[in-house]
Amino acid sequence: MLADRDRIFKNLYGLHGWDLKSARARGAWDGTKAILEKGRDAIVNEVKASGQRGRGGAGFATGLKWSFMPKQSERPHYLVVNADESEPGTCKDREIMRHDPHLLIEGCLIAGCAMGAHTCYIYIRGEFMRERERLEAAVQEAYDARLIGKNNIHGFDFDIIVHHGAGAYICGEETALLESLEGKKGQPRLKPPFPANMGLYGCPTTVNNVETIAQVPDIMRRGAAWFAGIGRQNNTGTKLYCISGHVERPCNVEENMGIPLRELIERHAGGVRGGWNNLLAVIPGGSSMPLVPAGPDQADTLLMDFDGCREKKSALGTAAVIVMDKSADIIKAMTRISYFYKHESCGQCTPCREGMGWMWRVLTRMAEGRAHKREIDMLWEVTTQIEGHTICAFGDGAAWPVQGLLRHFRPEIEKRIDQYTANPHSEPVAMAAE
Amino acid sequence: MPSYASWDAETARAIIVDRRALPGALLPILQALQDEFGYIDREAEPLIADILNLSRAEVHGVLTFYHDFRQKPAGRHVLKLCRAESCQARGSDALGRHAAATLGIDFGGTTADGSVTLEPVYCLGLCSVSPAAMFDGKVVGRLDENKLDMLLAETNR
Repeated sequence: MLADRDRIFKNLYGLHGWDLKSARARGAWDGTKAILEKGRDAIVNEVKASGQRGRGGAGFATGLKWSFMPKQSERPHYLVVNADESEPGTCKDREIMRHDPHLLIEGCLIAGCAMGAHTCYIYIRGEFMRERERLEAAVQEAYDARLIGKNNIHGFDFDIIVHHGAGAYICGEETALLESLEGKKGQPRLKPPFPANMGLYGCPTTVNNVETIAQVPDIMRRGAAWFAGIGRQNNTGTKLYCISGHVERPCNVEENMGIPLRELIERHAGGVRGGWNNLLAVIPGGSSMPLVPAGPDQADTLLMDFDGCREKKSALGTAAVIVMDKSADIIKAMTRISYFYKHESCGQCTPCREGMGWMWRVLTRMAEGRAHKREIDMLWEVTTQIEGHTICAFGDGAAWPVQGLLRHFRPEIEKRIDQYTANPHSEPVAMAAE
Repeated sequence: MPSYASWDAETARAIIVDRRALPGALLPILQALQDEFGYIDREAEPLIADILNLSRAEVHGVLTFYHDFRQKPAGRHVLKLCRAESCQARGSDALGRHAAATLGIDFGGTTADGSVTLEPVYCLGLCSVSPAAMFDGKVVGRLDENKLDMLLAETNR
């Protein structure tokens, strides 16, 4: 269990003030100038040594990502912070922006210095109105205190612009986010060229998640070794987990990486509704990741970090733990998820645009049992034709939950089809509670 | 309850010209127009296209791509119910049915007297206090039927 002294987000629950004075009392903006004076390479190397992996979902090493930025370039460099947190189940970045915005702002300055970027855009989700107001107020405070801006006390000119989106899930994808910042439709770009070479307005750009950036000041202050000492090898540091669904007390909590799922749920969320044995399945990383069913070598032994989830053929994603107990209709739940993806597909790549609709329609029938058993294999086939055949990871993220369902709950689907076929009436079979 | 000006091409033009120099100006312009009028009128499209030197198709494409932009005025109140997984697990489906039945409209619809628009939203990021909703831009957590009825009662005033 994470010791209190190791917490990065000391005001996660908003028990204290969010303003500059309170943030300073919690240690923010302490010795920032000294950190910047270490220079670009030292900062990048420190972050590399800490082993921090991006908190936005893909888990790419942060230091490595920063080192891709060109050393010398006549074009301006940009840092873009991805605050378009729209993954169903995820509610961590919003807490940071609402209660600890100065950690994010300080992180932006340090990260900007590490990649030679004098301008930072924070792309915040359209639905997050209060968070935007809070963040804008915090940025203004930082400007007024001359912590950022031209000729600031840190000696590194740095501007932060808060930009807010307009309600499109896909804009959380990094290149779609850049398109949206440029005022276009949020349709992802083909890579390469990667944003580090050709990003915002054709200039070198790095896109990072809010949580990633907000952790940087503490990594720099306390040292890479401290961060690397928490969690497991290759999965270091602390992580915000968002626990929701069928638990006694849904919550957000900061814990070390690699905490067993069961411990996480029972210690912080009051346990699964009706006890651990009532668990049906858990989605460990937000709705686009495959589910992990209950069972001794599945959810019981799941370690909540990038590699731990990978072992169970799922992924940590944003660490949004959605718990479903045995009262949940798993097929219907996945149908809802696929409807969400159908709704949010940007329509650029055919496999995704068309495939999402197919999957949703087949699943809708399967949820009632109005399907053939061979269609289960066909559905699998469709998911594999979407996965990996699209420009961005949206296609993968939409195919995986369905694959997870087919992998683990095939008997459940077959049972439902049998029930439907056995019913001689035209009325559908009455289903258990949703 | 937000109140909006009625559509006026001159005001719209002033808003657009004001922001034309911003980098990536289209989204801020559309947002400003929506803040002013509550929706984005059809007439605004050629206006924006002309001032920003974009094609009308591009403007229309962006306008229709983002769910937040309205092309016709919403009701006086907007109730957005979260329908994503976590809220669903805590009973948002039943709440949605209740709201739709009480108002006599479907999701996406506006009541005949123009008082409420009911919309689905996919995750407000309030999963830890689900089921959640947003009422006139104000977020509400731990929603139940009583709370929902209280919100709906407010719309009658």
